[in-house]
Amino acid sequence: MELSTLSLKEIGDALRKKTVSAREITGVFLERINRFNPELNAFVTVAEEEALAAADEADHRLARGERVTPLTGIPVAVADTICTKGLKTTCASRMLANFIPPYDATVVSRLKEAGAVIIAKTNSDEFGAGTTTGYSAFGPVRNPWDKNREPGGDGGAAAVAAGLAPLAVSFDTGGSLRRAAAFCGVAGLKPAYGSVSRYGLAALAPSLEQIGPLARRVDDLALLYQVLAGPDPLDATSLPADGPGRGGEELTGPAASGKGLRIGLPREYFTGDKLQAAVKERVLAAAGIITGEGGEQVDLTLPSTEYALAAHILLAAAEASSSLARYDGVRYGYRSPEAADIDLLYKKTRTEGFGSEAKRRILLGTLVLSAGSYNDYYLNAQKIRTLVIREFAEAFTKCHLILTPVTREVPGRAGEERSPLRQYQDECYTVGANLAGLSGLSVPCGLVDGLPVGVQLLAPAGREALLFQAARTLEAAVGEFSPPILRG
Amino acid sequence: MNYETVIGLEVHVELKTEAKVFCGCAARFGSEPNTHVCPGCLGMPGALPVLNKKAVELCIKAGLALQCRIAPFSRFDRKQYFYPDLPQAYQITQDDLPLCTGGKLKIVNPGGEERIIRINRIHLEEEAGRTYHSGIGATGYSLLDFNRSGLALIEIVTEPDLRSPAEARIFLEKLQEILRYVEVSDCKMEEGSFRCDANISVHPAGSQEFGRRMELKNLNSFKAIQAALAYEENRLGSLLAAGTPPVQEESRGWDETRGMTFFMRPKEKASDYRYFPDPDLPPLVIAEEWVEKIREDLPELPEEKKNRYMKEYGLSAQDADLLGGSRETAEFFEATLRLYPGEAKTVANWVMGEFARLLNLEKLTPAQSKLKPEALAAMLQMIDAGEISGKIAKTVFEEMFYSGKSPREIVEEKGLVQISDESQLAALVRGILAKHPGPVADYRAGKTKALGFLVGQVMKETKGKANPGLVNKLLREELEK
Repeated sequence: MELSTLSLKEIGDALRKKTVSAREITGVFLERINRFNPELNAFVTVAEEEALAAADEADHRLARGERVTPLTGIPVAVADTICTKGLKTTCASRMLANFIPPYDATVVSRLKEAGAVIIAKTNSDEFGAGTTTGYSAFGPVRNPWDKNREPGGDGGAAAVAAGLAPLAVSFDTGGSLRRAAAFCGVAGLKPAYGSVSRYGLAALAPSLEQIGPLARRVDDLALLYQVLAGPDPLDATSLPADGPGRGGEELTGPAASGKGLRIGLPREYFTGDKLQAAVKERVLAAAGIITGEGGEQVDLTLPSTEYALAAHILLAAAEASSSLARYDGVRYGYRSPEAADIDLLYKKTRTEGFGSEAKRRILLGTLVLSAGSYNDYYLNAQKIRTLVIREFAEAFTKCHLILTPVTREVPGRAGEERSPLRQYQDECYTVGANLAGLSGLSVPCGLVDGLPVGVQLLAPAGREALLFQAARTLEAAVGEFSPPILRG
Repeated sequence: MNYETVIGLEVHVELKTEAKVFCGCAARFGSEPNTHVCPGCLGMPGALPVLNKKAVELCIKAGLALQCRIAPFSRFDRKQYFYPDLPQAYQITQDDLPLCTGGKLKIVNPGGEERIIRINRIHLEEEAGRTYHSGIGATGYSLLDFNRSGLALIEIVTEPDLRSPAEARIFLEKLQEILRYVEVSDCKMEEGSFRCDANISVHPAGSQEFGRRMELKNLNSFKAIQAALAYEENRLGSLLAAGTPPVQEESRGWDETRGMTFFMRPKEKASDYRYFPDPDLPPLVIAEEWVEKIREDLPELPEEKKNRYMKEYGLSAQDADLLGGSRETAEFFEATLRLYPGEAKTVANWVMGEFARLLNLEKLTPAQSKLKPEALAAMLQMIDAGEISGKIAKTVFEEMFYSGKSPREIVEEKGLVQISDESQLAALVRGILAKHPGPVADYRAGKTKALGFLVGQVMKETKGKANPGLVNKLLREELEK
């Protein structure tokens, strides 16, 4: 039995039938991590001891016949920007290289309550600022499909694709989670804003980001999402219990059909000359699958798309400049050893502690919020954001879901020099969901040059059931595919 | 040349909440450093603010007490600057959409003139921690205490309506009185729960344009505020008189020991705080019904009380002010009045006189004293019934104040009951008249003043227990026989 390739349901069945123990499962994944992580660099920290203890606890629960969940005894990799009590949380930054939080993020508490085993903390760009993991203080993550290709902006997708963990929890500020899912050939969801608590996620851009699940199968993605989602009194932006965006039982199931689904295709997402023809072809083929299954296709226009990316860059930078200000060397984290006074302490600590992209966003964001440029940049960006929200709301009266590409092209060469602007442009198809607070699900839709391509499905809060239904339809039609390393 | 002074105030008031404004930590003064802290008020990664409803309620209460409009929609913003005791490197505050706007407070200035001081705004924000500096140079160090970090704070900003340092002080005293009255804050300047920055400018009388503004900071007592403003008023006046008006707006400190203000920094150099809406907090939407509920629960304010006391009880403005000025005093006064059918003025005299004197002596508030309104009302009724004299009542009152016993108990224990038995007194009176033929002759010769002496003798004989009215009557009857 190759545990690394099984679905959650299959592993769960095996656990309940006692053909395998949670400890054995965690052991298998730890072994794979030892074998493959040195070259993939998907993790900053592997929590071997803690994971085995949590697995033993799951085995006790199973042995005593106590309540178990689909996640009991299942290893999960958690982004290193998400706080884990007593376990190093670096945010892939030198600034927090030795930071051990005294508290769990809400999603971590929920995972632990569900009996999940937190096996490792995943690598990413520093504080999630970037699109290739090239800005991690601990080196870039490699794509398990081709180690010379970049993996997207998050190590969780690479870990799941390579079978280093069956599930991962990461976060998405402009598309890093979805882009990584697309580039590594797994399913990933940026949930609708407020459906998953942000408490304990080291903030980059609080109004844009959400924590979300990554999995190799859509059903597994839904199961993990149901554990993560829910109201949280610790997060004032969390949606109320009776509000939309709450996952229910209907998110998983065998029925994968396009019947009755109206899928919108926004013109602006298919006309850019930077969109690789082969990628476009795969994405349109995915739309064809849904219409072929009884769905309907609607042509849309979202005219503000042209400005959405610029607005996102400005707002993300403005919020980042504020979110990252607390890392000052005073109370915790890195402190420059050579500061003679408090001003030098700030300057040296932040100069030495932050990498280049974090600094770029701090500088840009500080400018954006400065008295002389606030109206030109921040306020106008917010106006564009309002337009984007309105256009999506209008579009969703004409269709159930919107279908777009996730990326313009297949993964680029690892280590390739790309200008910051070019990197921001990488997220042109994904930032809309962050600006408008939509659910954005990336699911594989085929290969181009032996590399995976993803398709993005967008939905407003409350339409998660349809979102997962469409994703399952695509998954069923495209069929499973995985990098050779998974069976290695 | 004559000069005119313009003063505006910014007052920071710590709210009386159980917990901090954006986390669950206890809001307590004087604890061991860093014992009321959590990831939130320490600014740790991923911690998020959650608004304390009680703090919003108290801010609205302050707004209503100062006749502000309560905004149905307001917002929290981040004010960004680096300081070691500001853990997030931003303070959550309200910038362009505050919770309360456009209020007013009436004061009477030293000239007896009524003045309306307009309130520009009141907004809700969080406190920073505290830095304690020790030593200087290479051996110096600083200690940080985050117990204060995140306490609920309101900032009250006045319009530049104050015209003298004395007015500023009267305004602040009145403001403190009201905020204590509605139980928004304990307003202790010495503990920092009531702090004030003052803006002052001076211009030639009649000029339409205000002079350059000086901001005075770190003013730690009413005395310091008035003294610093007076110093600055003089300094600016002298500069104008010398033809060298100030060239820039400044922030200035107050040196208590030298009794003078000093230059801190130019206002132009004020930081750009890069305010923007806090994305972690949704806009604050206030239901009108809630505001109305808070308004209904608001106690009668000093000003309203004063007017009612004058109208309903016929008290003088001064008496009404004294009684209505403190909530506990007013409550004691009214509670006594409910139990006592006699004159309000009688109750007022005892509360403002003996009671105030003893409270002051023992440094107690009315609620802390053992004396209860029931006891005072009973004692006043005993006076009215002629059971005790006014003089004896003073002794009884003092005993009630310290022991908490009822007046009847005290009177009986100490044998203080007034002698109102006419035949008993008549015998006494006759005895006194026989002993003092001189004054008796004087009286009969028309020197009626002699009566006072004779009354005194009877009182002396009875150790003050004789009913003075009766003694007077009996003496007159005997003398005029």
